[in-house]
Amino acid sequence: MTTHDLEYDNPNAIEAHNMSVYYGSFRAVKDVSLAIEKNRITALIGPSGCGKSTVLRSFNRMNDLVPSARVEGQVLFHGENIYAPGVDPVNVRRRIGMVFQKPNPFPKSIYENVIYGPRINGWKLSRREMDELVERSLRGAALWDEVKDKLNQNGLSLSGGQQQRLCIARALAVEPEVILMDEPCSALDPISTLKIEELMFELRQHYTIIIVTHNMQQASRASDYTAFFLMDSDRTGQLVEYGSTSQIFQNPKDERTEQYISGQFG
Amino acid sequence: MSAQEQISVTSRTSEQARGQDVARLKWRHFKGRILSALGWFSILFGLGMLVVLIFDVINRATGIFSGGTNWLTWDFFNNFDSRFANRAGAKAAIVGTLYTISLTILFSFPLGVAAAIYLEEYARDNWFSRIVEINISNLAAVPSIIYGLLGLQVFARWLFLGRSILTGALTLALLVMPIIIVASRESIRAVPSSLRQASYALGATRWQTVWNVVLPQSIGGILTGSILAVSRAIGETAPLITIGALTFVPFLPRNILDIFTVLPIQIFNWTSRPQDDFRSLAAAGILVLLAILLTINALAIYLRNRYQKRY
Ligand SMILES: Nc1ncnc2c1ncn2[C@@H]1O[C@H](COP(=O)(O)OP(=O)(O)OP(=O)(O)O)[C@@H](O)[C@H]1O
Ligand SMILES: [Mg+2]
Repeated sequence: MTTHDLEYDNPNAIEAHNMSVYYGSFRAVKDVSLAIEKNRITALIGPSGCGKSTVLRSFNRMNDLVPSARVEGQVLFHGENIYAPGVDPVNVRRRIGMVFQKPNPFPKSIYENVIYGPRINGWKLSRREMDELVERSLRGAALWDEVKDKLNQNGLSLSGGQQQRLCIARALAVEPEVILMDEPCSALDPISTLKIEELMFELRQHYTIIIVTHNMQQASRASDYTAFFLMDSDRTGQLVEYGSTSQIFQNPKDERTEQYISGQFG
Repeated sequence: MSAQEQISVTSRTSEQARGQDVARLKWRHFKGRILSALGWFSILFGLGMLVVLIFDVINRATGIFSGGTNWLTWDFFNNFDSRFANRAGAKAAIVGTLYTISLTILFSFPLGVAAAIYLEEYARDNWFSRIVEINISNLAAVPSIIYGLLGLQVFARWLFLGRSILTGALTLALLVMPIIIVASRESIRAVPSSLRQASYALGATRWQTVWNVVLPQSIGGILTGSILAVSRAIGETAPLITIGALTFVPFLPRNILDIFTVLPIQIFNWTSRPQDDFRSLAAAGILVLLAILLTINALAIYLRNRYQKRY
C-alpha cells in the first residue's frame, strides 16, 4: 500500500483519521481511518447498513444536511481538515462532487442541468465558453453523441442510464477533484452499468473516484482499492480491511472479508 | 417465526378459510358500492343547489328568463350608490374590491411564501419552530371576524390608519396569510429531496438551492394555494364591516388611506333595503363578484398548468 509513503507531493486525495459519525446518539460509523489515493478508483463495500453511504457523505460534508448528524475525527483534503471551524461546506462540495444512487437530474433542459453548477458558482462565462463546457462535460460522461441534437430537451426525458450519465456530466462541469459515487449503477441495466464502469476508467485520469457498490463483480473489476466495512453488535460500522482490490479479493487477510466476498453473509 | 408463518399460510388456503374470504370480499364490495352511491348523491345535491341558485341570481339581475328589468347595465358599473335603485351602481364597490385585493396580495403573498420557505428550508426542528407551526395551522381556522377586531384595534386605532383601504387590506392579508403559508409549505415539501441534494452537491448555497430548485418546482402549487386563499378574502364581509368599511361611498378612493367599500358589503347593504329593486341590484353585484372570483380561479388553473408543463 502506498498510503504511508511520505512523498513530497501528497499522493492522497482524501485522508480520514479516526472518523466517527453519529446520527443523534447513534454511532453509525466508528474510528474509520483510511487514505484515498489520487487518480484511483476506490470501492467501498460491505453489507447494507454498515455505513458506506455515511462515510461517503462525510467526505464532502453532505451529512451536514442531516440535522442530527455529527462527525468526529478528521477528514483531510489537501492536508486540511474539512471539518475544521471556518471551513465552508459549500466550497468543499464544489471540489468534491457527488453522484447519487438514483439518477436525479433537475427537471430542466440537458444544457441547463450541466451548466447549473458553473452558474451557481458564479463563473463568468461567455455563451461560447458555456457551450464548450457543456460539450466537454457531456463528452466526459460519454453522453455527448446521444444528446448533442437535443440539448434543450428536458433531462427527465432521457433513459435511466442516460440520466445517470447526465448527472455525472453535471458533476464534471464544476471541475471537481474528487467524485463520490453512491451505488451509481444500482438503478441501471447491465449495459448502462458497463458504460458507467468504462467511463470511470476514463475519468480516473483526471479525477479521484470513490464508489459505493453492492456488486462484488463491479468492485473487483472496476476499482483499484477496496475498503470493506462491517457493523459490530451495536450496529456501528467499522472498517475491517482496506487494500488493493486484487489483494482484498484474492488474498484477504481478515476472515470476515473472505466470508463476505465469497458470499457467505451480508 | 418462519414456522409460524408457514402455519398461518397453510390455514389460509384451507377450504373453510377460502369460503370466509369470499364472503368477506362480497361484503367489502358492497361497502364500496354504498359509499359510491352516497358520493353520487352528495354531488348531485350540491350541484343541483348551485345551479338553482345561480339561475335565480342571473334571473333577478338581468330578468333574462322572466322578462323583468335588466339591472346589469353600463350604469351599474358606472354609477355610485344611491337612495334610488334606478340610479344606484357599484362603481365604488368594484373599484374598492380591486384596490383592496391587489394590496392584500401585495402584502400577504411575499410574506406568506417567505415564511413558508423559512419554516421548510431553514428552521431547525426545535420547540420554537414547532410552536410557530401549530399556531399557524390554528390561525388558519380562526373566524374572520376576529381578524376584523384585530385590524380595528391595531391598524385603524393604534396605527391611525382609520377606516382606510390600507387597514382593510392589511386585515385581509393577516386573514389569508396562514392559508398561504400552509399551502406553500405543502407545495415546498413535495419537492423531492434528491433534487435539493443534487444542488447542494454541486456547491450551491441554501438560498441558491431554494431559488433555483425548490421554488421553480413548487411555484405552481404555491400560486394555486395563494390564489384560492385570496379568493376567500374577496368574499369576506365580516372583518371589513368590523373595521368600518362604509357602504355609502359616492366617490372613488383617491389613495389607499381613503375610506372605501367593497362588493360583499355593498351587496349586503342592498339586500337589507326594503325596496325589491335593490334586491335585483344585489343580484347584479353578486354576478360581478362571481365573475371576479371565476377570473381569479381561472388564472390559478392557467398558472398551475403552465408551470407544471415547464417543470
Ligand atoms: N439520516 C439518517 N438519520 C439517522 N440514521 C441514519 C441516517 N442515515 C443513515 N442512518 C443510519 O446509519 C447507518 C448506516 O447507514 P448508511 O446509509 O450509511 O448504510 P449503507 O452502508 O450505505 O447501507 P446501504 O448499503 O443499504 O445503502 C444505518 O444504521 C442507518 O440506519
Ligand atoms: Mg447506502
